[in-house]
Amino acid sequence: MKAAVLVFPGINRERDMARTLKLVSGKEPAMVWHADSELPKGIDLVVIPGGFSYGDYLRCGAIAARAPIMNAVRSHAAKGGLVLAVCNGFQIACEAGLLPGVLMRNARLRFLCKEVYLRIERSDTPFTRRYNAGDVIRVPIAHGEGNYIADVETIARLEGENRVALRYTAPDGKLNPAFNYNGATNAIAGILSERLNVLGLMPHPENHVDPIVGPTDGRRLFESLVETLEAA
Amino acid sequence: MSPNEPKITPALVAEHGLKPDEYERFRNLIGRDPSFTELGIVSAMWNEHCSYKSSKVHLRGLPTKAPWVIQGPGENAGVIDIGDGLACVFKMESHNHPSFIEPYQGAATGVGGILRDVFTMGARPIACLNSLRFGDPKHPKTRALVSGVVAGIGGYGNSFGVPTVGGSTGFHPRYDSNILVNAMAVGLAEKDKIFYAKATGVGRPVVYLGSKTGRDGIHGATMASAEFDDASSEKRPTVQVGDPFAEKLLLEASLEIMHAGCVVAIQDMGAAGLTCSAVEMGAKGDLGITLDLDAIPTREAAMTPYEMMLSESQERMLMVLKPEKEKEAEAIFRKWGLDFAIVGKTTTSSRFIVRYQGDVMADLPIKELGDQAPEYNRPFADPKKLPVLDPATIPCPVSIGAALEKLIGSPDLCSKRWVWEQYDYIILNNTLQRPGGDAAVVRIEDGPKALAMTTDVTPRYCEADPFEGGKQAVAEAWRNLTAVGALPLAITDNLNFGNPERPEIMGQFVYCVRGISEACKALDFPVVSGNVSLYNETNGRAILPTPTIGGVGLLNDLSRSSSLSFKAEGEVILLVGDTKGWLGQSIFLRTILGREEGAPPPVDLAIEKRNGDFVRALIQGGQATAVHDLSDGGLLVALAEMALASNIGAVLHDPLIEVPTHAFWFGEDQARYVITANSAELPKIEAAAARIRVPLQRLGTTGGHQLTLPGENPILVSSLQMIHEGWFPAYMEASPNA
Repeated sequence: MKAAVLVFPGINRERDMARTLKLVSGKEPAMVWHADSELPKGIDLVVIPGGFSYGDYLRCGAIAARAPIMNAVRSHAAKGGLVLAVCNGFQIACEAGLLPGVLMRNARLRFLCKEVYLRIERSDTPFTRRYNAGDVIRVPIAHGEGNYIADVETIARLEGENRVALRYTAPDGKLNPAFNYNGATNAIAGILSERLNVLGLMPHPENHVDPIVGPTDGRRLFESLVETLEAA
Repeated sequence: MSPNEPKITPALVAEHGLKPDEYERFRNLIGRDPSFTELGIVSAMWNEHCSYKSSKVHLRGLPTKAPWVIQGPGENAGVIDIGDGLACVFKMESHNHPSFIEPYQGAATGVGGILRDVFTMGARPIACLNSLRFGDPKHPKTRALVSGVVAGIGGYGNSFGVPTVGGSTGFHPRYDSNILVNAMAVGLAEKDKIFYAKATGVGRPVVYLGSKTGRDGIHGATMASAEFDDASSEKRPTVQVGDPFAEKLLLEASLEIMHAGCVVAIQDMGAAGLTCSAVEMGAKGDLGITLDLDAIPTREAAMTPYEMMLSESQERMLMVLKPEKEKEAEAIFRKWGLDFAIVGKTTTSSRFIVRYQGDVMADLPIKELGDQAPEYNRPFADPKKLPVLDPATIPCPVSIGAALEKLIGSPDLCSKRWVWEQYDYIILNNTLQRPGGDAAVVRIEDGPKALAMTTDVTPRYCEADPFEGGKQAVAEAWRNLTAVGALPLAITDNLNFGNPERPEIMGQFVYCVRGISEACKALDFPVVSGNVSLYNETNGRAILPTPTIGGVGLLNDLSRSSSLSFKAEGEVILLVGDTKGWLGQSIFLRTILGREEGAPPPVDLAIEKRNGDFVRALIQGGQATAVHDLSDGGLLVALAEMALASNIGAVLHDPLIEVPTHAFWFGEDQARYVITANSAELPKIEAAAARIRVPLQRLGTTGGHQLTLPGENPILVSSLQMIHEGWFPAYMEASPNA
């Protein structure tokens, strides 16, 4: 696995992401500056990490989506290359047209940091192969704008094509509005691109990988990526 | 001097917050009438907030030294040695006045300011904490203030990317018109790469970095040095606006140029902006500074020299650079999209000279601006001692269970989840103990060391007996750090009081500081940084004296730490420390009986140390499975919190001591902890306690889903949970008119 972590001004979870990639894959990722126009050679995974790119002063992710490096990311994805987009990264991916839809302010208009329960909707993707479909995992969220919304046709298409990767559920895996903290449409926490090579999600699997810090349910997502890329 | 400046009149001097004798002192110092810009400069330097003129004489009594202290008070932040070539840099600061006027921005810039203090010294911030005090929940403004302050703290810290790991939130009518927002930041630096404000070398460039200068925050520090009245909300323009995005860039750029070896001296532009930072850098280095205001990056056209010198626009720094590294430093700042301008130079003249468009706008003696600031030994009244209440005379009108339910769902003791879930407490992936415990624990890099941190004060104790209250604030911080297994190392203090020109307020201040000093000495817990906030008073009504203590401790091995949750069923529950059933100034007395009376519990520092050292040794020896310090609400509240954190109940015995039952369960005697242990360890623990005469009492056993007290109906942990978690969200979501 040769991963690149993008760094935009205002991004702040790039260190957490790099540390997790190193912990799980054993390899340091390349940190790639937003103003570069090329990805380093041989990159097989691009990670757009979380944070507050450009302060989120405009629509979240809107400015970062137009950075020079994003052209390179789009062509990487167009060739089937893997892209993992977390939190602000998910917002950037939506703004950049890598994924459909948009992330609106949380239902109660407050930033929320808490552990949530996520149901893995499918395990036949490069990001989730080490989970089983139906697994419920505990991973934290930390965002003010994670309320996923898209037009009716887009939602129908995402659902019809099984492109919802993760949903907010109760601990028993059942849908329950009380556990859909940000009010996302259909409790969507993460979605996949058509070719299943781009995953965007609001929660932070990179923050639940180290037993010293807490639960490690996020770890299998990175192990899935390692397995996918090492097998290739 | 410029012909365009207003003439100095007594009214103008008064508007600048200078007393007539202070103005005379300044005139004598410079031997002439000052210019308008100079008047602005001196008002910024000599106000209470920047000069500590009422407090300095008393602060000198605080212990500030220990072998592990690298830098005590007087710099941007305190620095302590934590081994392995690393240093911990930390400080706490208030943003009370601005937060009342404009809660979101006031609180946000409070966080921004304290983060800057820490990274100015070369440290990367690793955690934030805060201590918040609001007025009566029933006061019409309280809800909006809570909402704005919490959102502001989160808005800044979350975006900057530092975890907010702990703090406290309390309510009392005495904060109705003067809320307290105290923010603490903790950073990590390499011990031999600490940066200071002291300028060295003549003719070196003075460089302005960060955001542009605007008209916001002019006279902010002067505002913070006066009482409020009914028209205070009109002071909104003196509150600065925060830009956490710019601060994050400033952090990365500053650390990068420090790493590249470009920096000689650095000072953040906080209170009184450019004025204070330039004067401090020069004065500390025995050098003059000449500033050229034409070079200052400004946000708007036609700003006057006076406005530029007094602006408190945020996210700005002043540095003295190594001349040969100027280009390299500039390239780093440009990369991060930040302003970089050479705005002056260091000189041999010992003068602070400000030029603008060919005119000299100010020419002042640089050292005297700081050193010759007025210093007052204000008259103070000795606080009256309140009677010690005999617990036998205090009734308990409800059952113990009902009292517990009331306490655990009260504004002060309820869960603060609504607050801390708005803070990102997990970023950086090192938060080992989250908000809600005794102290937050943050891993240092990849371990095995960790830092413990906490903020504490019990204002009602300080009001009732400032000396004992000051001691107690320090002791409680020490106890909280001990309860997670850390060795307490040092504190930062944030002293919030009313108007020091009133002898009874000055008395509170003097005695609290004496109490802090005594406790710090006894507990080997020096003060390394701090902040004083006076004039927290509106229309003659002052806040409760609130000397907030921010404590930091070290865990050498994070696997040898403890938390408050019960760990397993069938473990023995033990009480460490002596219980007399002290109900004076207790939460029980206030919440159940509506009385705020009597002397607060005294703190015996020798016993505090003995009991704490005993508990820490048990934790480090792996014998204590759960530990919780006893404070507000006493023993039963502590036990309930341990049950709530684990969903494991407990069966408790009859106390069998000669103390009324309610005083046993709810008394707030100091120097106590609850611990749990495997019953196999009990003989060893009891023997160890007996050896050093630490009182140890068996309380019961963990297990089940309820708290069972002798002679009481069992209380389901799940129903306590509902009560405990319920108050805050219900309060915040209720209509303001309900």
